[in-house]
Amino acid sequence: MESKHSQEKLSAYLDAELDAADRARVEAHLSGCGECTAALAQLEALRGRVAAEAQRHAAPEYLKHRIHAALRAEPAGTPAPRTPPRTSSRTWPWAWINLGLAGAMTAAFAVTLTLYLGQPSADDRLEQELVSSHFRSLMPDHLADVASTDQHTVKPWFAGKLDYSPPVYDLAAQGYALIGGRLDYLQQRPVAALAYRHRLHIVNLYIWPDASGHASTPQAGMRQGFHLLRWTQDGMRYSAVSDINPQDLAQFAALLRQKVAQADAQ
Amino acid sequence: MDKYLGDDDKTARFEAMAMPHLDAAYNLARWLTRNQHDADDLVQSAYLRAFRFADGFRGGDVRAWLLTIVRHTYYSTLRDGQAQRGDISFDEALHGDGDDSADPAAIAASRDTGRTVNAALAQLPQAFREVLVLKEMDDLSYKQIAEVTETPIGTVMSRLARARKQLLAYLKHGEQDGI
Repeated sequence: MESKHSQEKLSAYLDAELDAADRARVEAHLSGCGECTAALAQLEALRGRVAAEAQRHAAPEYLKHRIHAALRAEPAGTPAPRTPPRTSSRTWPWAWINLGLAGAMTAAFAVTLTLYLGQPSADDRLEQELVSSHFRSLMPDHLADVASTDQHTVKPWFAGKLDYSPPVYDLAAQGYALIGGRLDYLQQRPVAALAYRHRLHIVNLYIWPDASGHASTPQAGMRQGFHLLRWTQDGMRYSAVSDINPQDLAQFAALLRQKVAQADAQ
Repeated sequence: MDKYLGDDDKTARFEAMAMPHLDAAYNLARWLTRNQHDADDLVQSAYLRAFRFADGFRGGDVRAWLLTIVRHTYYSTLRDGQAQRGDISFDEALHGDGDDSADPAAIAASRDTGRTVNAALAQLPQAFREVLVLKEMDDLSYKQIAEVTETPIGTVMSRLARARKQLLAYLKHGEQDGI
């Protein structure tokens, strides 16, 4: 039995204030719980001690006379005050104030929770940025700053524009032709964006250094009809975005990971 | 003359109804005020109040009705600094078991008296002490205690449980200290 709960239940059980169902539950629990049985015995002993030892103050004799006299000194037919004693303005309705405060706090918590849950996560924001960037790149003349199918032209183009050197591989032989590279801006930093063509589709690959240092396998995502694959490999974060089907995108990622791993092995 | 007799009659009826419960009223007053002088004044003003409202008494348990008035009179008229110190009704929600409400002087006094249960009861926060007194000395039901203390039954139940827990802790502590 949970402790605060059981404390109250045991105490009420002792006072014979539980309804039949609760009483049966407590009794069933007591039969199997030594701790609660001991606690109940302790409460019973306490009640015995209070009954035996606590002082019951009897009214002194003079008080009876004082009250008797005072009652007779009351002006005859004193009209009772219109307000009953319960509604004295000096007694604040703490129960209601507490209830109100508790309600206000619950509401504030609910609002905070809603805002917190409603707030996009870091991953969510990144995916949104990636899709926006991909979409922008598809507008006329936005796809590539350096239009070249030659990885040896594209890779050096980034030198001096980024503080890292992104791995650039042409995968034309496997059906993913490099068509160029450009600078983009993601996660508050300039990043390398490589454009690939797969049949009539464009795949954008974003590459930037990873701060966490943990490699991760591709994670798929989907947003506004675009597919995303994100992974971390050799200290770089890769994000591929395209409208090609997820299987092709996964194949593209696998080919690329293979290339990077081979380069690493050399 | 008729009117005079009527008033006398009213007083006599009130006394017949209320005086048998004077000890219960006084006991509660003593445990609330923790001193004889204030308890005397409290019971007297409560009885005068009860007399004025006697016409409004619609039957039921006279003792519980009188105890309600004693308690109410205590909180509304005798609520001076001393009375407030032991009252936890307003900060109960903030201080879990009200452990810090024990007055060092009362603890010191309790070590001298040797009357452990009384000392431990006196140390309890007001809201805990009153429910215990009403339950253990007046043998009121939770429903009656709820009416007397003007709190919900659930609160009575949790206060009683916490009061007992704290009383046990005080007694244990006191015995360890060799009181």
